Amino acid sequence: MSETGSDVGESTRLSVRKTYKLFIGGAFPRSESGRSYVVNDASGNFLANAALASRKDVRDAVVAARAAVKKWSGATAYNRGQVLYRVAEMLEGRREQFIAEVAASEGVSASVAESSTDAAIDRWVWYAGWSDKIAQVVGSSNPVAGPFFDFSLPEPTGVVAIIAPQNSSLLGLVSVISPVIATGNTVVVIASEQRPLPAVTLTEVLATSDLPGGVVNVLTGKVSELAPWLASHLDVNGIDLSCAPPEQAVDLERAAAENLKRVLKPDHASEPDWNADPGLARLTAFLETKTVWHPIGV
Amino acid sequence: MTSKLFDYAPAPESRAIVDIRASYGLFIGGEFVDPIDGEPFKTINPASEEVLAEVSDAGQADVDRAVAAARTAFTQTWSRMPGRERAKYLFRIARIIQERARELAILESLDNGKPIKESRDVDLPLVAAHFFYYAGWADKLKYSGYGETPIGVAAQVIPWNFPLLMLSWKIAPALACGNTVVLKPAETTPLTALAFAEICQQAELPPGVVNIVTGAGNTGRMLVEHHYVDKIAFTGSTEVGKAIARSVAGTKKRLTLELGGKAANIVFDDAPIDQAIEGIVSGIFFNQGHVCCAGSRLLVQESVADDVLERLRRRMSTLRLGDPLDKNTDIGAINSAAQLQKIRELSQIGEDEGAQRWSAECALPDRGYWFPPTVFTGVTQAHRIAREEIFGPVLSVLTFRTPDEAIEKANNTPYGLSAGVWTDKGSRILSMANRLRAGVVWANTFNKFDPTSPFGGYKESGFGREGGRHGLEGYLR
Repeated sequence: MSETGSDVGESTRLSVRKTYKLFIGGAFPRSESGRSYVVNDASGNFLANAALASRKDVRDAVVAARAAVKKWSGATAYNRGQVLYRVAEMLEGRREQFIAEVAASEGVSASVAESSTDAAIDRWVWYAGWSDKIAQVVGSSNPVAGPFFDFSLPEPTGVVAIIAPQNSSLLGLVSVISPVIATGNTVVVIASEQRPLPAVTLTEVLATSDLPGGVVNVLTGKVSELAPWLASHLDVNGIDLSCAPPEQAVDLERAAAENLKRVLKPDHASEPDWNADPGLARLTAFLETKTVWHPIGV
Repeated sequence: MTSKLFDYAPAPESRAIVDIRASYGLFIGGEFVDPIDGEPFKTINPASEEVLAEVSDAGQADVDRAVAAARTAFTQTWSRMPGRERAKYLFRIARIIQERARELAILESLDNGKPIKESRDVDLPLVAAHFFYYAGWADKLKYSGYGETPIGVAAQVIPWNFPLLMLSWKIAPALACGNTVVLKPAETTPLTALAFAEICQQAELPPGVVNIVTGAGNTGRMLVEHHYVDKIAFTGSTEVGKAIARSVAGTKKRLTLELGGKAANIVFDDAPIDQAIEGIVSGIFFNQGHVCCAGSRLLVQESVADDVLERLRRRMSTLRLGDPLDKNTDIGAINSAAQLQKIRELSQIGEDEGAQRWSAECALPDRGYWFPPTVFTGVTQAHRIAREEIFGPVLSVLTFRTPDEAIEKANNTPYGLSAGVWTDKGSRILSMANRLRAGVVWANTFNKFDPTSPFGGYKESGFGREGGRHGLEGYLR
């Protein structure tokens, strides 16, 4: 964001602008297509050129997400919780920057931007706490009628594609990413098309939070161009369509059926209220249940 | 086995990082205050008998003040605060403990006598993890299955064997659920609890949410019998636990007790013997055997008994006893003169009753309280060393022939805290686990702890669980 204008007097300093890039495998590439698109603020003023990701970027992101699955899903739940909490710590340190970006992107007042940024930080904390508790809430030991010890445990699904909310550029984005990685999945997310800048700044937080590269990959660009490639990608295990544009959602869900991706369907006419209690739905949407039998006897 | 290939050069951890004050007041209402009554007492380093600090002995008026401070904090602040905000205080505490882990580990080893290897690698990581785990529960209580309403003021009395770890087991779940606490650390190990009081200040925890009163058994009695206490959590001896249970009779006070143990560590003939030896050693010699869940009765299948014992003695003769701050030390100091006396007495009784005593050759330092790792063979179930909790580095060995006999002997105790099973056969592990009357069963491992894992006893080892989702039950209604 450009806080100082273009006319530079002798005593004023020209600000150094940030290049908004993609986040793939822990690195910050531009789109391989070399394309970008104009991002304006809510009033239509120029904010930045964001990378316009391509099909190839989607595939690269999926490769990176797949490569990160082993390490991230194999980390202890305690360790994942620590990393997610670290994200909250890093986000808190950039609180002012996010408030400004959210206000500019969403056209909301500073106080609204402030409360939604605070809620986004607290949401990381909420999900940090879930990583080592979800198995204790949705797992079970099963009293089967026979001499067997039988228990069921949640396990991450794998690579999950997410279409981020279009309106809530930070709180909504955090609310869809954090539950999915808390349980050990890795993510490829398409940021809000018109409001991608908080997502790009979030990647700078993620890159400095001990989160292994590839666990979260963020693409900016056109949902209509990118989402079909994710929905039909055979190495993607689940897709969050809860915030997919209504006109595309059915086609995407149909494409996802090809390899039976786990689909989180849209269930609101508009975006959910991100300030509401998130519940467990986003945690459990991308979990498998594994049941183990073992005989009991001398 | 006495010839040594290598001698270890001393590798002492520096204590320069630890700043111990000459004297400490009580931590009440968010600040250190002088006691109203009572003479100060000294806490010493059991490895050298050096005085570390003077500590206050809280009397009735002090206990009254502490409970009142906790009550005020409960009604005015803590129980009304959203869980999300309580969580963030607990996360702060967890982080500060991680940041100050080295200092706290050294302080713990100084005051308790446990090897720095254990305070550094076991106690402190678990302490931080415990706060981290329960921090996450503070805003998720509706998913606990135990309600969401805190009980009130918790009186918590903890032992000297894992001073800061027991503090974390008590305070973290209590605070997560919205209760406030008055905690009394053990008379011989108050220093890390007092350091924790400073951590509460650094975290800007609201005053009165945590209060620390130091003192001896009498202070503990005044605390748990206090009229305005709603919940009691006690870890310590079965004898005191029973006295507390009597004292709450007819009151509405909620009670959880984590008491003594006499765990059987059962080794079958198909067990991976080398791993079992390590498990037997850590089961009884970890923390000088000052562990309520210690594997103090080794039940070994007759067919492998000679082999197991020979390997055990060989392994025991490699244990290094000495300066707790030396990073190579396996066995530290016995925590107090009184405890050393008790271990000596029971060991003498073991000999007098006819069991065979064997200790690894090891030189004991001149000053401080020390007891060599010791094993008794030829022990029967009638022997006192097979029945009573010694709470020291003393192992009693019994043999068995069949799984039924192992179960019979393992369960032949008023205690029921923990047990160990060593066998390659999974179905046997699970069958033994089903039949053992113990709250924790370790299979092909021993003395493992984790904040997510409920811990607590059957029978006279107490009731209630600490750790895991189940650990919330004692602090919610």
